[in-house]
Amino acid sequence: MALRFIALLLVCQLLGEMLVVWTELPVPGPVVGMALLFVGVALRGSVPEGLDRVVDGLLANLSLLFVPAGVGVMLHIAMLREEWIAVTAAIVLSTILTIVVTGLVMAGLIRWVERRRQTEG
Amino acid sequence: MEFDLALGDIWVYLSTSPLLHLTLTLLAYLAGDWLFRRSGRKALFNPVLLSILMLVTVLTATGTRYETYFEGAQFVHFMLGPATVALAIPLYRHLDLVRRLWLPILVSIVTGAVVSVTSTILIADWLGASRQTLISLAPKSVTAPVAMGITEKVGGLPSLTAALVVLTGVLGAVIGPAVLAAVRVRDDRARGLALGLSAHGIGTARAFQIGSLAGAFSALAMGLTAMASAFVLPALLRWVFGDFG
Repeated sequence: MALRFIALLLVCQLLGEMLVVWTELPVPGPVVGMALLFVGVALRGSVPEGLDRVVDGLLANLSLLFVPAGVGVMLHIAMLREEWIAVTAAIVLSTILTIVVTGLVMAGLIRWVERRRQTEG
Repeated sequence: MEFDLALGDIWVYLSTSPLLHLTLTLLAYLAGDWLFRRSGRKALFNPVLLSILMLVTVLTATGTRYETYFEGAQFVHFMLGPATVALAIPLYRHLDLVRRLWLPILVSIVTGAVVSVTSTILIADWLGASRQTLISLAPKSVTAPVAMGITEKVGGLPSLTAALVVLTGVLGAVIGPAVLAAVRVRDDRARGLALGLSAHGIGTARAFQIGSLAGAFSALAMGLTAMASAFVLPALLRWVFGDFG
């Protein structure tokens, strides 16, 4: 049963990769696959029960999948030793700034939308 | 002596087979996850960060090349593609949250993503980072599989991006709630959205500790940021840095 839904994920990815090659879009193939699956599920109107379980199982262990690529940092240790100040400053300052701006904009807009809905009744 | 020889043979056989490094990857992750749980799920004890540190230490100590390691680890790495496709499902589950607040969500995500990318590039460039570092750093707030895909498309270093994305996620999850409290953002929907946008999956895990509403908005922000960045960032980076992929 689960095999069918694993195949579905792979088919979406494969179609995504093919579309990217064919259209020369600068987008990762799996992301196009994600868009295709989203459209498919939205058209169907619900998520098939078996697909639910396969996806939850896969996403529950999502962080494991970053490890092999992350270990690749060992190839860049020399570069990081030279540029660590720029990299650290960019990550820390930009992350703080992004959190502040996104949080304030979203909170402000929610208040604005909800106030408008109240006055409209 | 005969015993030593046999052991040496086994080691020679194992170190060239993908099984050893695939197994090491899973064991390191399980150990990292165990430490994370033991720490009371402190964001600093992030299992990804810990397992990367352990594996780099072991590989460096045994003089193993990354290419040799990756022959085994590629089977785990391969699953990133199907996992990215699978992100469509949580995104669909939050569809009615999006419908009710689509304008605030859309505006905040576009604003946040633009601030994230431009501030990263400006700060790193000002402090003298190389072009390849800048490109690899630009999608640091985007969930790793998508961020790596973006970097790869524009000629950056996907492995460097993966490490920087994980660092950004850990940092966002550790300081995010305090930063939001400092600027008096108290709405859980806004807090979740900011965490998911800036710190992707690791921030989303933190947002679920705040509450399920914050968690849902964080997952949504992570998915939409990934989707928007994947379509806009490669073209933008090529325009800024030129194509040297």
